Formats: sequence, C-alpha cells, structure tokens
Amino acid sequence: MDSKELAKRVRISSVEMVHRANASHIGGSLSIADILAVLYADVLNVFPQDTKNDSRDRCLLSKGHACVSFYAVLAHSGFFPVMSLEEYGKDGSQFLCHTSHHITGVEISAGSLGHGLPIGCGIAYGAKIQKKEYRTYVIVGDGEMNEGSNWEAILFASHHRLDNLCLIIDYNKIQSFGKTNDVLLIEPLKDKFNAFNWHVIEVNGHNHQSLLFAFKEAKETKGLPSVVIANTIKGKGVSYMENELLWHYRSPNDELFKQAIEELSK
Amino acid sequence: MRTAFINQLVQEAKTNESIFLIVGDLGYNVVEPFQQLFPDRFLNIGIDEQNMVGVASGLAQNGYNVYIYSIANFPTLRCMEQIRYDVAYHNANVKIVSVGAGYAYGSLGASHHATEEMGMLRTIPNMVVCSPSDPFEASAITTISANYDGPMYLRLGKAGEKNVHEQDVILTIGDFCQYAESSTQNVLFVTGSIMDYAVNWVRNNHIDTAIYSVPFVKPMNQKQLLSIVRKHNHVIVLEEHQMSCGLGSALIEQVSDLYSLGEIDIMPTIRRIAIKDEFISVSGSQAYLRCKSGLVLSKNLFSDK
Repeated sequence: MDSKELAKRVRISSVEMVHRANASHIGGSLSIADILAVLYADVLNVFPQDTKNDSRDRCLLSKGHACVSFYAVLAHSGFFPVMSLEEYGKDGSQFLCHTSHHITGVEISAGSLGHGLPIGCGIAYGAKIQKKEYRTYVIVGDGEMNEGSNWEAILFASHHRLDNLCLIIDYNKIQSFGKTNDVLLIEPLKDKFNAFNWHVIEVNGHNHQSLLFAFKEAKETKGLPSVVIANTIKGKGVSYMENELLWHYRSPNDELFKQAIEELSK
Repeated sequence: MRTAFINQLVQEAKTNESIFLIVGDLGYNVVEPFQQLFPDRFLNIGIDEQNMVGVASGLAQNGYNVYIYSIANFPTLRCMEQIRYDVAYHNANVKIVSVGAGYAYGSLGASHHATEEMGMLRTIPNMVVCSPSDPFEASAITTISANYDGPMYLRLGKAGEKNVHEQDVILTIGDFCQYAESSTQNVLFVTGSIMDYAVNWVRNNHIDTAIYSVPFVKPMNQKQLLSIVRKHNHVIVLEEHQMSCGLGSALIEQVSDLYSLGEIDIMPTIRRIAIKDEFISVSGSQAYLRCKSGLVLSKNLFSDK
C-alpha cells in the first residue's frame, strides 16, 4: 500500500474509532496521519510479523492522545487485524485512549507529555553504544514543546551526537487550550534547534514527497540529531475540523461523522 | 553506605555486563571505581533528572539493568512522574539509587532532606522499596538489585554509617532482618541508618525487646510479619521519614489486614516514631535534626520497662 492510500485509511479509521468510542483528540490525530503513513509505508524498517526483531526501527508516539492514528497505521500496516480497532475505548480493551505499549508494535505508552523524547534518547544512545544500526523516531506535538523534559533531552541528544535519532514535531499550531504561540511562545523554533546543535528540516507535514526527503536527509545527516518540523493542520482532511480547537475535544455526532467519512473517502 | 553500594555494584558488574550506571552529575569520590572499570557502562548525564529517568527507561529497552544515582530528592521527587510512568508502568529494569536518606544532608536544608520519598515510592505499583540499615544490608540489597529484573528503589544513607550487623547478611526481597529476639511483647522495627542509634539506645538502657531491621518497606514477607506480631503485640516503629505513608504506616496497614483476616487474635498496639507533619528549617547535623524532629526512643514506649 502506498503512503497516500495508507494515510487515507488511517484518517478514516481514526474518525471511525473516535466516533464509535465518543472519544476526544481527533484533531491532533489527523494532523499526524501523513507523517505516520510516510514513516510506515516508506521509511521505517519494521517487521509486522516479527515485531520485537532487534534490528527494527523504533517509532515512539509521544503525543499519546493522538493514538487513534497510531493504532490505525499499525493495523493497516499489518501489525494486527484492522478489525481489532473496533475495541478502541471499550471497557476492558487494551486499546486505551492514549497509546499503550501493550498493543503489538507500540514501543512505549504515552499520555503525559514530554516523556517520549527522553526515552527515545535512551534507546538511541543504547543503540549507539551497542553499535546497532536501527534508528529511533519520536513524534511530539508542538504544545508538548512546552515541557522542560524535552529541552533536557534536546541537550542530551546533541551532546551525544545521536544522529540515529529523528524528532518529528507535529506543528499544527494549536494546543489544548489555545494557539500554540499564544499560550507559550515556542518560536523561533528552527533557530532554537539550530542553537541546540540539531540538524533542522522544516517541511509541509502533509506533503508525502517532502516528508520522504526530510526523513532521507535526517538519515544521511551524521554527527547531529535531526528534527523535522512538520507544519501541519489540526484536523487535516475534514473541513469542519481543520484549524478548530473544538476538535481537540469533541467527537463527531452521526451526521458530522457521515460528512467526515465522505470527505475523507474522496 | 554509598561506598558499600558502589563496591558491591563494581563486583556485580564484573560478571554482569548488563549493569549500567547513570549519575546525575553527583557521586564525586564515590562512583569513580565504577567509572574507571566500566567506562562504556557509565554516564554522567548532567543535572537533568526527568531526562535521566527517561533515558534510563530507554536504555533498559536495550537490555541494560540501569542504575540512576543521585542524592536526596533529586532522583525521586524531582522526576516522580517519570518514575511512575516511564519506569514502573513499563516495568523497566531501572534501579533508582538515592544517597542521603532522611537528614543525612542535615545542614544543607529542606531541599536536601529526603523525608517523604519512600512513602511516595511505595504507592507505585511494580516498585520494590529498599531501605537498608547498615552497609552490610546495603551490600546485600545491591546484589539483589543486580539480579532483579524490574523497578527498584534503593534508599541509602551517606557515608560512614556503622555496621549494625556483625557480618554479611543474606536477604531475599521482603525479608525482615532479625537483630535481637525477646520473650517480651515488645518488638522494635527500624529502617535506615537510624538503626545504629536504636540498637545502642536499647543496649544502653537495658530494654528487653525484639529488634528487626526492615530492609524492604515494600514488599514485606507476610509470613514473617505474621510470625513476629503473633509473638509481640507491642510494636514500636522508628524511621527517619515523615510519619505519613512511611514504614510505620505500612506496618499499620499490613498488621491491620492480618487482624481483619483473622490471622492474629489481638490487634497489636503500634507506636510510630517518625517525623511529624512539618519541615525543619534550621541548620544542624543529622543527629541534631533527628532529635529536633522527635526521632528519639524513650523507656515509656516499651511495655515491659
């Protein structure tokens, strides 16, 4: 399956899951759908039938509230049956409404923000000293860059020259209770990472070709960790959700659900 | 106690290549033997405790048994959520080592008084909470930790604590460590380096009491506890920790459960000697601050004086 088709399926499954479970966080899930699709279709060296293979690339979703896209991309990439997604949010289900490491293919649980990058640093550092070839990818939200733990890890990654680490910032410009740079200014983000000795790549986070080049550039960059600042649209793909804070919280009713699926199926 | 820890860790690391030590820019004149022998398994990560715990959890995914080492509240309270989530929830093979239990860094002030962290850590699932009473126990616990796959907290004293036991002790997780037996109803439970004070006080005051060190605040060997409280129904607990949620509280909870389940016929009296619900804001040695906060034994605590 190519990345475009995968992204489409991820978006549709994500909206279905959120609608079925009456759950939140669809906006920030749709904003990372293209990033995940490109990673899982064209970039990551992963083994859906051998998920603990030590040579696998590690992909950590730190913004765990966007788990529906993550579960969906794993399902549509063959890690587990797509039908399992129907369990999302049900009583007793392991498909929690934040990413759970009890799900096949998920490396770490996440929910509280600012955890994924330090753990990713530990994994990448371990790979370095054990001379292992796999790469580590960590996806964070832009609001998550408020967390001090990330900035500790940013220092760590460049100090230890973790060029096997790629941070992806889902820069959809909206966080939990306002616009990202109104709540707490993270700009100039690119300059900050440059100053912290990271290799910075800024892309349109919905352009698959650009994302693919960005991940290739990151992999080829030696001696520095790379950050892909992916400019995205919260709620991307569903007209009434795009750039609307409301869809950090709300689940679509039946009518809006139908409209969303129609738009995403085109 | 920290020297006993590092010496034993060095011994373990000679044969156990999974052992990795991260220090949070602390450990001067303590951890160098490990650093020199195993430079590839040593990291001074800097003053970034949240990151330290996350990195430890990530390294553990690479098959390491990762020790993080710092002092007082820094590797515990400062990064408690990372400990709960990155380490305990993921059942990561990470050992948290804090030096300076209680008032060991007395005159450095409240920032350096580790007086609440044991209680917080014992509420976290998957976490084993160790609090050795002397260097022999610290050494035994280090060996246990080197061979244990999962989260563990090692609450260590500082330096120069006297050995209470006469020789190496053999422990398994949960064990109470008997120091003295008695035919009276009295039993004194002690955890941490204040054990030295306790045994000397008992000896000097000719008190007839059983004495147990409690190297594991969580879990506790239920059979052993049952056997002890069946023989002794007058319990005194001494610890250098807040009264709330410390060893005394843990014992009250567990003894009460045993009583509720009908395992013991009489609910023992349990007297807690621990830090009251307050901070200390004056300078002082560990001994001074222990006295000031009421961590003293007196004859009237014991039933058969």
